[in-house]
Amino acid sequence: MTGAEMILRCLELEGVEVAFGIPGGAVIPIYDELYKRKSFKHVLVRHEQSAAHAADGYARASGKVGVCIATSGPGSTNLVTGIATAYMDSVPMVAVVGQVARSFMGRDAFQETDIIGLTLPIVKHSFKVSSVSEIYRVIRGAFYIAKTGRPGPVLIEIPLDVQREEGVWREEEISFKGYNPNGFVSLDDIPKAVEFMKDAERPVILAGGGIIISGATRELLALAEKLEVPVATSLMGKGAFPEEHRLSLGMAGMHGTPAANKALCEADLIIAVGLRFSDRSVGKHEKFATSAKIIHMDYDPAEINKNVKAHAYLIGDAKKTLKELLEAVSELKLEKGRKEWLEKIVSWKEEFKIELEKSGPVRPWYVIRSAWELTKGEALVTTEVGQNQMWAALYYKVKGPRRFITSGGLGTMGYGLPAAMGASLADPSGKPVLNISGDGSFMMSVQELDTCARYNLPVKVLLLNNRSLGMVRQWQELFFEKRYSETIYSREPDYVALARSLGAQGWTVSEASQVRDAIERALETPGPVVINFVIPQEEKVFPMMVPGTTLDNVITQENLGRR
Amino acid sequence: MRQVISVLTEDHPGVLCRIVGLIFRRGYNVESLSVGRIGETGISRFTIVFNGDRESARQIMSQLRKLIEVIDVDILSQGEFVERELSLIKVNAKSQNRPEVLQLVDVFRSRVVDVGEEGLVLEVTGNKEKINACIKVLSPYGIKELVRSGSVAMRRVGFNGG
Ligand SMILES: Cc1ncc(C[n+]2csc(CCOP(=O)(O)OP(=O)(O)O)c2C)c(N)n1
Repeated sequence: MTGAEMILRCLELEGVEVAFGIPGGAVIPIYDELYKRKSFKHVLVRHEQSAAHAADGYARASGKVGVCIATSGPGSTNLVTGIATAYMDSVPMVAVVGQVARSFMGRDAFQETDIIGLTLPIVKHSFKVSSVSEIYRVIRGAFYIAKTGRPGPVLIEIPLDVQREEGVWREEEISFKGYNPNGFVSLDDIPKAVEFMKDAERPVILAGGGIIISGATRELLALAEKLEVPVATSLMGKGAFPEEHRLSLGMAGMHGTPAANKALCEADLIIAVGLRFSDRSVGKHEKFATSAKIIHMDYDPAEINKNVKAHAYLIGDAKKTLKELLEAVSELKLEKGRKEWLEKIVSWKEEFKIELEKSGPVRPWYVIRSAWELTKGEALVTTEVGQNQMWAALYYKVKGPRRFITSGGLGTMGYGLPAAMGASLADPSGKPVLNISGDGSFMMSVQELDTCARYNLPVKVLLLNNRSLGMVRQWQELFFEKRYSETIYSREPDYVALARSLGAQGWTVSEASQVRDAIERALETPGPVVINFVIPQEEKVFPMMVPGTTLDNVITQENLGRR
Repeated sequence: MRQVISVLTEDHPGVLCRIVGLIFRRGYNVESLSVGRIGETGISRFTIVFNGDRESARQIMSQLRKLIEVIDVDILSQGEFVERELSLIKVNAKSQNRPEVLQLVDVFRSRVVDVGEEGLVLEVTGNKEKINACIKVLSPYGIKELVRSGSVAMRRVGFNGG
């Protein structure tokens, strides 16, 4: 059996349904084998970066491992941004890349790149296959590592001649000496945590992406309801808690809702679950919630006290630790209830009402609110990066996990469209996937519209077109005295013609009165659609925390002039 | 503060890069690093010395533990441990001052491992301070070449605290 055959058999054993990639000299044997075996659906993308993002979107939507394939050299280097994106957001992914034949290695051969070296800091692990006898262990091991514990991307480099080499198929038990995916568990602080919860008058739960990874949304809901604790989420935690729930505060952080940020500032107890206290979520670490006790629950012991000091901590899978905690509080009776605290929160939520202007220029929040209403809040949403991402996070309320997919840690422009492709392939219902986009980000992976068209994927791009790199422009306006250095485009593509030439439908909307109709039409149209919403260039995302400060130091539309 | 960390890993190519890269990325400067296989077991032991506080050592330990090939990590500087370094010193010692040099060698319990007309090669082991002292004393004669191994360290017998 050849190495290539073994590779495909291993992928079959892993139950791979779809892989994204582009062939090249160093992976032809793998592709040739795929041609013969038809092991899974292969999506031929237009750029390897998109292959990685699509695998990532597939993984986030399905909870399974995303797979991408690239050739050596430029194929592999094009994966790098996608691998880094997955690494930052703990997404399970396996990247299979070719390498020049062993006899050429180290001679700067054609298309030879040290991809293992290049990706060392952005993978959970990587493997260099040096003989056909290692293939089984490496591929099965890569999937095992990618999906267990704190998930992450794993890269496998396979030289061309190893793919051709004959070997004997042998299945074996796979384990790694230093790797225990059940990890380190420490629940010693449960009594302390319960004590804190009993005494707290103004508790807040801050939920992160860890809840979604471990499938702990039900446990989180139970804890919040049992103890009447309001819940804020990080950007990655969107979907961890139903955002229309009375206890939901929405997203916290730099562009968080006033309710979430005010509650965190006034809290006397913060229960952080599956969250790494990223600076975008909590502001300046030393000044975060200084008068609150903090209970930190995380899978990864390295996260405890890394960014914010915890007064009590529980280490372990979020689902398991929440279950233990629920058990421990089952007898707990709230003496005073949370009436006052919850009333305060309701009043903060009231404050944040947006005007939905139904005529005049197209407002971005009107687009997103309309999309939310028309899809009953049930669409699978991906975003690009910038203002579009924050508007989406603020105005598209999510009901459950794995429905809001965004590049949180790396903030990768060009992520949303390929991620939407991957996500739509993960969702067998064939329902539309919305990609909320900015014009800058859109142009970074626009070529993938062609991929969406070839596979007839129902990806609807809601392009919030401000003819600029909006978020950077916003910073320049607010903090750089309106010196709009290189953020405004002097011309723009004809997006409708562009969409059409790539096999998608497209139309332009420049009047608020047309917004709803346009979205409805897109939802009814099969295949990819781009709606070019022409929004005012100066539109900004508010509220906004002053960068490098604390969550209560906020700029809003109202206090803008006074600053 | 000087932090000493001991790491047990699988003996694979690339492990060194992963370990050093991880520490370097977090902004710490490795003062010394030594590594060697232990027996035929497929396992290597690293001794890593760097400057930082206790919390940074703890953070690096937890990050190192996440590497798939890392089997165990221990912060030695939190407890009692023995530490040794090996140094080879090529010192000028012509016939007129050779007896003097040999006397000094005795004081530091070092050994002569090579002799030539021009000088000697000495082997010194001990902690960093002892080796520094030895180098200082030999300097006036003229040190022609010097090599130091970096520290190797181990917990004391029966000491498990940390
Ligand atoms: C690949 C990449 N390059 C640069 C940036 C820096 N950046 C962050 S937001 C932004 C502007 C995004 O513009 P656009 O996609 O048009 O979205 P908008 O903010 O206008 O909604 C830029 C350039 C980034 N996040 N990613």
